[in-house]
Amino acid sequence: MSEKIRVLLAKPGLDGHDRGIKVIAAAFRDAGMEVIYTGLRQTPRMIVDAAVQEDVDAVGVSILSGAHMTLFPAILDEMKARDASDILLFGGGIIPDSDKQELEKMGVARIFTPGAPTEEAIKWLRKAIEEKRK
Amino acid sequence: MFTKSFMDNLNARLINWNKTAEKTRQRKSKPRFFTVSGVDIDELYTPASINTEGNDDYYFDKIGLPGEYPYTRGVHHTMYRTRLWTMRQFAGMGTPKQTNERFKYLLKSGGTGLSTAFDLPTLMGYDSDHSRSLGEVGKCGVAVDSLADMEILFDGIDLSKVSTSMTINSSASMALAMYLCVAEKQGVPFDQVRGTLQNDILKEYIAQKEFIFPPRPSLRLITDMMEYCTKHVPQWNTISISGYHIREAGATAVQELAFTLADGFQYVESAIEAGQDVDEFAPRLSYFFNAHSDFFEEIAKYRAARRIYARYMKEKYGAKKERSWLMRFHTQTAGCSLTAQQPENNIVRVALQALSGVLGGTQSLHTNSMDETLALPSEKAAKIALRTQQVIAHESGVVNTIDPLAGSYFVEALTDKMEAEVEAYFEEIERRGGVLQCIEEGFFQRELAKSAYRYQREIETKERTIVGVNDYVEDDEEIEIPILYIDKQVETDQVAFVKKIRAERDGTAVKETLDNLRRVARGEGNTFEAILDCSRVYVTLGEMCDVLREEWGEYVEPASAMMAS
Repeated sequence: MSEKIRVLLAKPGLDGHDRGIKVIAAAFRDAGMEVIYTGLRQTPRMIVDAAVQEDVDAVGVSILSGAHMTLFPAILDEMKARDASDILLFGGGIIPDSDKQELEKMGVARIFTPGAPTEEAIKWLRKAIEEKRK
Repeated sequence: MFTKSFMDNLNARLINWNKTAEKTRQRKSKPRFFTVSGVDIDELYTPASINTEGNDDYYFDKIGLPGEYPYTRGVHHTMYRTRLWTMRQFAGMGTPKQTNERFKYLLKSGGTGLSTAFDLPTLMGYDSDHSRSLGEVGKCGVAVDSLADMEILFDGIDLSKVSTSMTINSSASMALAMYLCVAEKQGVPFDQVRGTLQNDILKEYIAQKEFIFPPRPSLRLITDMMEYCTKHVPQWNTISISGYHIREAGATAVQELAFTLADGFQYVESAIEAGQDVDEFAPRLSYFFNAHSDFFEEIAKYRAARRIYARYMKEKYGAKKERSWLMRFHTQTAGCSLTAQQPENNIVRVALQALSGVLGGTQSLHTNSMDETLALPSEKAAKIALRTQQVIAHESGVVNTIDPLAGSYFVEALTDKMEAEVEAYFEEIERRGGVLQCIEEGFFQRELAKSAYRYQREIETKERTIVGVNDYVEDDEEIEIPILYIDKQVETDQVAFVKKIRAERDGTAVKETLDNLRRVARGEGNTFEAILDCSRVYVTLGEMCDVLREEWGEYVEPASAMMAS
């Protein structure tokens, strides 16, 4: 791949459980990606602001609090409003299957649930970015 | 305990034994045998593994008798023969009315203790109608905005008869204050009110990250509350110092124990610095540990925990009362060990973990539901979790004997090793300038992130097997677990209710008590008393936290805490 993948990782909402996102950050970095981690309690606006500013290819968010049906759509709306819908939005967390399907229909590129290997996320992201850059 | 001639004989026989074992080992052995925490384990433990040669004091120094110093074998003389552990299952969701109904159901089914989970806005000091609360109200627990909600939550429940545990930290003072106001309205004197607050802010900075204010003013909130409770609410357990969340965030067993004890000793030192007598407050401190999957490592952890704690409380902090030396603790099985794949297997994991907590001498236990990596626990899953404890208590026979694993060469050697490694962490924390310094510099956070990443790598490289995840996988697996959803109406109702309370209360009293809270926060005086005055006149939790945010600022994690390296 010609250009390094730039990815913003964020924790939206009030949830502070950051074990998963830090593991993902370390795995992405070890896989040669440029990772920017925003830290905790980011509002959808803060996340999209940072994504635009940092000119990233993708935004990954982690939600374990059950607020995913509010937060993912809010980030998508914010992206639309900022004309930034070309940035890939993906995520992970404790997200029931039916919600996962609904979110992927709304435009979230992919939802990873507990037990998914980091290797799977890396492969998926590489492929998705490659296709986007074509 | 063993004579020199016995040890010489043993060592000679071990050399021979090892020669024969080596032949099989070379043919068949896995490359490494290690615990969940990544600690290498020997294949055989004998008297040579514990340093006892000619040391007649070993038994009483290190192991002793239950209910006696150093409490390695347990905090009570008779343990589970006279009193089983408390089966305390955490509950709370939706509106205060829904949780109240659940509480009443639990009490009717024979429970005497309640355990309250609050939603994230309540834990983070925001009212339900705050923009940051959107989508979070009533999700991870019950929403409490003001005394009016607390009145509904405990409606029809006599607070002199139940003990209530509240899992809340940054805004713990507000929750306890509102609870005491309910007691006041019921006519229950404060010295009859019983329960436990988690109220452990230090582990929030390290692990769970539900912090609001910076560490130093947060510690003041806690010591002020301890002072108030020592005087007026003597049966209240003011802090439950928690390793649980540290472990869930990725810690090893040693890290869980070392960081938790370091936090505990920080509270002790802060209270002593604030002029309080260690024997007045220490008996009300309790602990909360994780029960992870490595059976013997966990048992060694609990045994080492009691021994280290007793020694420090007696020798370093000069506590004179025996009650101050005792480490009483609650245990919860490891949520992070449960898998979304083949979730029914989680019932077995939880059973083994719970058994380690019992064999480790826990005072109370929460068993996790098998479905919690998928969604909020359903009633059926929560019931199976409780039944698991009942099977251990009434069918397995393990309650008949106190600390039955004492004297196992393996368990004693592991307990000694755990203690030595915890001491090494204490030295490092000290060298780095103490607990607060380590938090502010991100030391604990980095240690946890490193361990979490190592564990994940072990799973992905298959050095570690997790059944259903990286081995024995069923590709066409269909999950047949009913999912509990929280109705969106909960948020709408709660938002309307807090607006109504604000409109109906005495505005002058609200302003006066909030101004007073601001004055106290800025200067001297007991913050808990000021919070109690606010709560009584229906000042909301968010309003109180806003004033403290304005005065003390909000804590932002240092960048050094964010990555593993």
